[in-house]
Amino acid sequence: MRVQSSFPRTREPSKAKFWVPAFAGMTIIVLAPPVYADSNLPPTYWSDRQLPDARQEAQAQALMDELRCLVCQGQSIADSDAELAGDMRDLVRRRIAAGEKPAAIRGWLVQRYGSWISYRPTAEPAAWPLWLAPLALLLVGAFMIRGRIRLKAKG
Amino acid sequence: MTRLGRFAPLIGLGIFLIAVIWRLATPMDTNVSSKLRNQPVPAFVLPAMVTGKPALAAADLASGQPHLVNVFASWCVPCITEVGVLGQLKAHGVAIDGIAVRDRPEDVADFLKQNGDPYERIGSDPRSQVQIALGSSGVPESFVVDGKGVIRYQHIGAIKASDVGLILQKLEQAK
Repeated sequence: MRVQSSFPRTREPSKAKFWVPAFAGMTIIVLAPPVYADSNLPPTYWSDRQLPDARQEAQAQALMDELRCLVCQGQSIADSDAELAGDMRDLVRRRIAAGEKPAAIRGWLVQRYGSWISYRPTAEPAAWPLWLAPLALLLVGAFMIRGRIRLKAKG
Repeated sequence: MTRLGRFAPLIGLGIFLIAVIWRLATPMDTNVSSKLRNQPVPAFVLPAMVTGKPALAAADLASGQPHLVNVFASWCVPCITEVGVLGQLKAHGVAIDGIAVRDRPEDVADFLKQNGDPYERIGSDPRSQVQIALGSSGVPESFVVDGKGVIRYQHIGAIKASDVGLILQKLEQAK
């Protein structure tokens, strides 16, 4: 025979006992800063400093926006706080300041890391679907419109 | 609408689910490997990192015998266990050179004192410039360079005790 508890509400505090620490734990996990293995050296000189020549700085900025960070993959080196991204910004600004063309710097990096490093789509066969997709979608759209016009003509 | 057309969304969903399950089962390799394999080591000259240990330049690697070039740092946690394994490789007669990335002489000296020192030469790369020139994307990473100074193999991540055989084989092939 089941004995009914005279205090049916006693179950509620026990639920809270579980959920409060569980929620606190989840909050801590979500808010915890990611642990980066960072060096003890300060950021490189040109990583967070603009070039004095505005035209060169604009060139460097445009290139940095199109170079992918090796650490925070998916961010550009202009957006990333990773030390390696800072060192790559330093490299880009130094080379631009020395008179090197942005295309040459991009090529130098692609030679090392592959076209992966650059966000700018290339004309390689792997990128053909990217270029052809808009044309294909336009064709599909044209066929659909043609179908509609025919239906209307019939009706 | 044809009969098959009616099932098109379901078939689409099925393809999508298969793609998702496949990607979850075989996660993507996010390592970025250097494209300089089978290319000569780019020219570089690095100053010495610690006193009493020679500096490192690209010319030192084309010495006639294969070298293992280890990109490391005292602030890199996996490097602590790796340097012990490098000690084992040194015991096998492997010539190991180090490139210390974004590091300070006193930190590297401490690191070597505490964990062992398998390096013949250590170059200091404070702005990661040689690391980038090699196409390396993090620490630790190692390159097997043959006697002519050509990169033959890149090992991404720490060399573990279980990798000793592999590294020795790659060095043998580079002879």
